[in-house]
Amino acid sequence: MIGNAPYIVVGFIIFLGLYTAIFKRNLIKIVMGITLVESGVNLFLITLGYRTGGGAPIFTQATNMHMVLPTPQALTLTSIVIGVATTALMLSFIVMIYKHYKSIDAKDVRRLKG
Amino acid sequence: MNFTEHIPILVIALPLFAAFLTPLMGKISRKAPRYFATAVFVIVAFLVVLLANMVYSRGTEPIIYTLGSQNDTIFRIVLEIDAFSIFMALIMAIVSLAVSIYSWAFVDKYSGQDKFYTLLLLVAVGSYGMVLTGDMFNLFVFFEISSIALCGLVAFRTERGESFEAAFKYMAYSTISGLLLLFAVGIFYSQYGVLNIAKIAEGVGSGPFNELNKIALGLLVTVFALKAGSVPFHMTTPDAYSEAPGGVAALYVAASQAGLYALFRTCFTIYRPVITTETIGWVVIILGVLSMFVGVTMALVQKDIKRLMAYHAISQTGYMLLGVGVGIAVLGNPAALDAYGKMAMEGGIFHIINHAMYKGLLFLTAAAIFYRVGTRNLNEMRGLAHTMKFTTIFFMIGALSIAGIPPMNGFSSKLMIYESVYQFSPILSAIAMLVSVLTLASFVKVFYSAFMGPKNEKVDAKEVPMSMLVGMAILTGVIIVFSLFPGLVVDTIIKPAVEALLHGWPIAGGM
Repeated sequence: MIGNAPYIVVGFIIFLGLYTAIFKRNLIKIVMGITLVESGVNLFLITLGYRTGGGAPIFTQATNMHMVLPTPQALTLTSIVIGVATTALMLSFIVMIYKHYKSIDAKDVRRLKG
Repeated sequence: MNFTEHIPILVIALPLFAAFLTPLMGKISRKAPRYFATAVFVIVAFLVVLLANMVYSRGTEPIIYTLGSQNDTIFRIVLEIDAFSIFMALIMAIVSLAVSIYSWAFVDKYSGQDKFYTLLLLVAVGSYGMVLTGDMFNLFVFFEISSIALCGLVAFRTERGESFEAAFKYMAYSTISGLLLLFAVGIFYSQYGVLNIAKIAEGVGSGPFNELNKIALGLLVTVFALKAGSVPFHMTTPDAYSEAPGGVAALYVAASQAGLYALFRTCFTIYRPVITTETIGWVVIILGVLSMFVGVTMALVQKDIKRLMAYHAISQTGYMLLGVGVGIAVLGNPAALDAYGKMAMEGGIFHIINHAMYKGLLFLTAAAIFYRVGTRNLNEMRGLAHTMKFTTIFFMIGALSIAGIPPMNGFSSKLMIYESVYQFSPILSAIAMLVSVLTLASFVKVFYSAFMGPKNEKVDAKEVPMSMLVGMAILTGVIIVFSLFPGLVVDTIIKPAVEALLHGWPIAGGM
């Protein structure tokens, strides 16, 4: 019996991630915050498909028909792959920003304004 | 095997495969990728027109294309195409074709052209996918494809630090908004166990308007307003527009309108049965009025020509939100919907295509100026009309259209918005007219400082190469046709789109 505990954890992780992304000045920390939000959302999807005591959703080898839902796992897999791409792209932007600005502090990286 | 049956998926699959073939084309010769990508855009535009023909002949009944078996359509990946979807796909087809031809000359001096065209094709894939899909999760996937490819394009000029700054900002916002979209998808899945939009709509309509659905609606409106670049979420929009190289800004306009599409789809198709009060309509209207006003007032003080146009893009998005927002506000009131709600929606939706055309054209002329003069600062350019005659004419057509001067297409859609919104709330209509006047003032300033005055002897500002002129001429041609025959355009493509939005989607169907 786990009740609502996973949803509380999901909410906590997402808010922690949003806090980090919004209030930290270091660009790497912003990316870490975004990754935390992503983990929270992935955990949310997995939790939605969980059935207490359910087995793996493989019909041909199932011992009983009480299984967890397969769709959220497929969604999570896709989301993880997209997350890897976005994180890698953002980190490579940071590398290039460091080359041009010699800083990864959001205070210094602001030539575009107005 | 019937070919026409598979057009819906080909519109997405063809540019997707072509995108990854483009780098191989780069091995053949330096110019091969550009011709290959443009050929693909031409074929896709042709397919979209064929598909449009099929959609319009079916009335309000959408085409449902199921991948794999035609049974169990609810649980499979489906594309669901009605007159509004195909309307957005037509916009993307025209703009992407013009941009790809325009870019032949514009990116000629850069290395990595094959990657440029790969990303261009991927932006098109993302936008086509967003407007054609009938599945909430695929909407998220295509949303991410379009955002990631656009970020890559914004960061295309690696010699400038600013382009990475803009790309990082845009990427951070779009990633977080994509994740919130996924969270909303999860909320729907938890309640209804499906991802099919039509099935979710049935679920939302069958029960009371519960808290979970309210949270999901809030998340979706925020995410799609951010994608469309509406005001409270406009922080990155001017940066990304102004750093996007050349014609990409025009493509960005069309891609961000896919966000508007998804916003309207959410309000009309998914939440249609539960929107009986004016609250949600007013939220969209207030987003629209703020975008209009803040956008245009920020544009007035800009000195950078592309930043100025970017703020105008935000401001014009406000008109679409205002027009369709009035339609959402009167959804629960059939008499008002027939009296002025439909006309407001027609005006707002007509403005979407007009905006994509004239703002795309204006961004292309701005890039043409940058190509020759080498600066985006309005104070450093003058007298370009002496030498860049065609660009001047294209700019004038675009500027008259965005300011809503009577014969142009911008006037037709704005007039529809003014007239219908006036019956809803006169003050909103007055604000819309004021914003239009300020837009004219701003573009008179640009025209005067860039094109008028004595010739600048220091720069060699001769006319831009042929491919760039052709790219601009395509959009100008569409603007002129729309200006000459606004009634025909409204009857042919706008009215079916509005009817389709109001009609909603059936659960299952077939070709």
